[in-house]
Amino acid sequence: MATAAEQWVLVEMVQALYEAPAYHLILEGILILWIIRLLFSKTYKLQERSDLTVKEKEELIEEWQPEPLVPPISKDHPALNYNIVSGPPSHNIVVNGKKCVNFASFNFLGLLDNPRVKAAALASLKKYGVGTCGPRGFYGTFDVHLDLEDRLAKFMKTEEAIIYSYGFATIASAIPAYSKRGDIVFVDRAACFAIQKGLQASRSDIKLFKHNDMTDLERLLKEQEMEDQKNPRKARVTRRFIVAEGLYMNTGTICPLPELVKLKYKYKARIFLEESLSFGVLGEHGRGVTEHFGISIDDIDLISANMENSLASIGGFCCGRSFVIDHQRLSGQGYCFSASLPPLLAAAAMEALNIMEENPGIFSVLKEKCKRIHKALQGISGLKVVGESLSPAFHLQLKDSTGSREKDVKLLQEIVNHCMDRSIALTQARYLEKEEKCLPPPSIRVVVTVEQTDEELERAAHTIKEVAQAVLL
Amino acid sequence: MRPGPGGCCCRRPLRANGCVANGEVRNGYVRSSAAAAAAAGQIHHVTQNGGLYKRPFNEAFEETPMLVAVLTYVGYGVLTLFGYLRDFLRHWRIEKCHHATERKEQQDFVSLYQDFENFYTRNLYMRIRDNWNRPICSVPGARVDIMERQSHDYNWSFKYTGNVIKGVINMGSYNYLGFARNTGACQEAAAKVLEEYGVGVCSTRQEIGNLDKHEELEKLVASFLGVEAAMAYGMGFATNSMNIPALVGKGCLILSDELNHASLVLGARLSGATIRIFKHNNMQSLEKLLKDAIVYGQPRTRRPWKKILILVEGIYSMEGSIVRLPEVIALKKKYKAYLYLDEAHSIGALGPSGRGVVDYFGLDPEDVDVMMGTFTKSFGASGGYIGGKKELIDYLRTHSHSAVYATSLSAPVVEQIVTSMKCIMGQDGTTLGKQCIQQLAENTRYFRRRLKEMGFIIYGNEDSPVVPLMLYMPAKIGAFGREMLKRNIGVVVVGFPATPIIESRARFCLSAAHTKEILDTALKEIDEVGDLLQLKYSRHRLVPLLDRPFDETTYEETED
Repeated sequence: MATAAEQWVLVEMVQALYEAPAYHLILEGILILWIIRLLFSKTYKLQERSDLTVKEKEELIEEWQPEPLVPPISKDHPALNYNIVSGPPSHNIVVNGKKCVNFASFNFLGLLDNPRVKAAALASLKKYGVGTCGPRGFYGTFDVHLDLEDRLAKFMKTEEAIIYSYGFATIASAIPAYSKRGDIVFVDRAACFAIQKGLQASRSDIKLFKHNDMTDLERLLKEQEMEDQKNPRKARVTRRFIVAEGLYMNTGTICPLPELVKLKYKYKARIFLEESLSFGVLGEHGRGVTEHFGISIDDIDLISANMENSLASIGGFCCGRSFVIDHQRLSGQGYCFSASLPPLLAAAAMEALNIMEENPGIFSVLKEKCKRIHKALQGISGLKVVGESLSPAFHLQLKDSTGSREKDVKLLQEIVNHCMDRSIALTQARYLEKEEKCLPPPSIRVVVTVEQTDEELERAAHTIKEVAQAVLL
Repeated sequence: MRPGPGGCCCRRPLRANGCVANGEVRNGYVRSSAAAAAAAGQIHHVTQNGGLYKRPFNEAFEETPMLVAVLTYVGYGVLTLFGYLRDFLRHWRIEKCHHATERKEQQDFVSLYQDFENFYTRNLYMRIRDNWNRPICSVPGARVDIMERQSHDYNWSFKYTGNVIKGVINMGSYNYLGFARNTGACQEAAAKVLEEYGVGVCSTRQEIGNLDKHEELEKLVASFLGVEAAMAYGMGFATNSMNIPALVGKGCLILSDELNHASLVLGARLSGATIRIFKHNNMQSLEKLLKDAIVYGQPRTRRPWKKILILVEGIYSMEGSIVRLPEVIALKKKYKAYLYLDEAHSIGALGPSGRGVVDYFGLDPEDVDVMMGTFTKSFGASGGYIGGKKELIDYLRTHSHSAVYATSLSAPVVEQIVTSMKCIMGQDGTTLGKQCIQQLAENTRYFRRRLKEMGFIIYGNEDSPVVPLMLYMPAKIGAFGREMLKRNIGVVVVGFPATPIIESRARFCLSAAHTKEILDTALKEIDEVGDLLQLKYSRHRLVPLLDRPFDETTYEETED
């Protein structure tokens, strides 16, 4: 029977155990223990191999030599020695002791030394002192701030405005307040540095389109749409933004806003506009690029501009619908965590706004002057004019680059210096060459203001022509 | 910026720091035996480095009482439940919606902001929103006029009644030395410059916005700080966020205090360097990170770090703590790291000659590689600066984002800084600046001591003019702010996300402009409101010693 047979086997085994020699049993015991050990031990030990002794660590620490905090700068770095302006940087400016007509400051409307603006600022200074000693949340909100926000919103014909204490920080804080990691921002290649920093802070996906090229933008939007169809769940939470400038700081060109608005609705992407150059310049009343194209401001989700150009004060603002703008009051980092704008600067901006509203003719005067110098500067040997004829800030670039940026910059600087000697104050557009996403070619930036007389404009154009001829030929 | 809501009551177990006074070690405010053991470790540590400190370093963070912590969580729980309930009612249009809504044409766009932020704002912040953004209409001096406002829709919108609440005692503005004034030398000088220069500059430093005034200011700042050179910027926040990226980049390591200000965090992020966080003011944590960083190098590639930059602040504005600078400098030297010191709150407010935390500890400014600070607070102006070696400043003059792309400082603002700084340095021929510094130090000691005697839990260093008073519970944030305003005192209250979720607090900022009388009035009212709202959580009552001179540091614990 099977069970009997099994019992026999068991008995035999026990018997064999008794009969086996001791050394055999010991060997087998050791083998069993070895198998168990192998089963429960790790295959290898990383620790043993990589652990450093205290002494080794100390040696490593001793050995490590950091790079210097900053690399040395050569004494003749083009940006090291600043021009020194004595006195106000207004229409007539004293640069390095030389008296010049100012073609370099963004004082488009000549409000920098306007007596009314100064009087308003002075009155505010006498009431509030200089600083605010706190952020907006903690007793840093002054009645002047509220009034200015109100006035700006009314001026732009929108619901709400929010002011920042620094022009650069305005768009750089506004973008990351909405656009977060995973969101997608379509942005023009020529976008200014503040936008670039805002985008970097937002950690969103950035898609660059060719400057003012709407077909390229549409191509990117379409690509994204295809992507979205593949993954509709992700698409439902991915915000899309288009960021553009009204007048581009780096090129002096105007954005094709009507096309942008069309694309906005077609592809459901919100538009953020940076209008630092176009606010107080374009449009019949200086409301900027929306007024210029006759587009309702409600079609633009957010407009940001600084108050440092046309308004000739300090700071910046964003405006739009309350639904959009109000969010920044808790999420705009440069708004929440920074001291508020000194009231005297807010008062100056407000008075400047008053002057703009009272003299709408000022904008057409500015446009006339832009056109005049634009025309006068055509056909200079070796230099080309880059930028729209209605832009009060445009660029003069070398027609033929020497091939090295350094040499180009030197040549242009020579032109600037000679013009300065002949009492025309100009400046090169400065960039951080390594930091810019798409570095614009070196250029001289010419700025037109309403204070420049026709005679001065002609003289400036004439001087630039002559100097360029002498330097470049 | 502070960490998110992840913090819990045990996140910060106990930070009772021992103190070394005249070579002898005294205990902090410690009660339970477990805590005492933890503190013993701290004391041991301090004794080790005791030689580094030339003055007593008293800093205390009393543990949150367990019951209070539990009740605070319950409070948030109830608020959240009610939030959901009201959101439900709003959804079914039973409760009227007050908040702004998306345009009809854009309803099908992806929603502009996230839901949680919204939920918190809608249901928690909105209930007590009247405690923030209170508009003022006078100089932010020792007393301030506040515009009265009312809300008929539970804080969704405010209406200004046109009345002004006059002479509110201002315990909220960062007017440490009392230079926020509309009369006197600073105002007169600023007015003169305003008439000459106007307010704007309309260009950047590198282009054509470098005024002679800026050069004058920078020379003065350098001599004030005792460094080779300095550079000034138009905004304090941007000084950090736009210059840190110029100093470090990929392959560099930033070691940042967990409670560093948002601007430092942003600057660090924009730089592209790797960021590691150490525990607030905890030197063991910093040393471990330094050691590991050098020994193990960069993750994955194992290359050594190019350089290591330590980011710390002088005074932490929410905590009232002072950086353990002597120890930080010792570590920085030992491990060859660089030190970036943000003196936004400490410059002017600390040290026998008002030169900030370096002066306070009697250290050499040369040992700090990057001295950063702002003009907003002690100088009553706006903007920020960086001081250091000439090579550093030359590099920043060519590579700072701010110098290339941002409009430079307004001339009248510069003049305010110059005049107030000269006053602090005694260059105006008066001892006014010296008196202000002394007054602030006295006010700080007095105010902190009195609050502790009353039994409030007060955070921070005994010399820090930033005084956080713990409120903990969300309902008390609103109640405290309102009750104080009712008694004509303006205070700052802060809750999540500016603090860990259970550590809501009120914050007082002392000023040299506060007279003893003002402080006594404020203290009396705080005492009253403290009783009313049961805020006297401290379990370590101090014996009130009324006639004690302010500079003696003999805090003793009593047994009850």
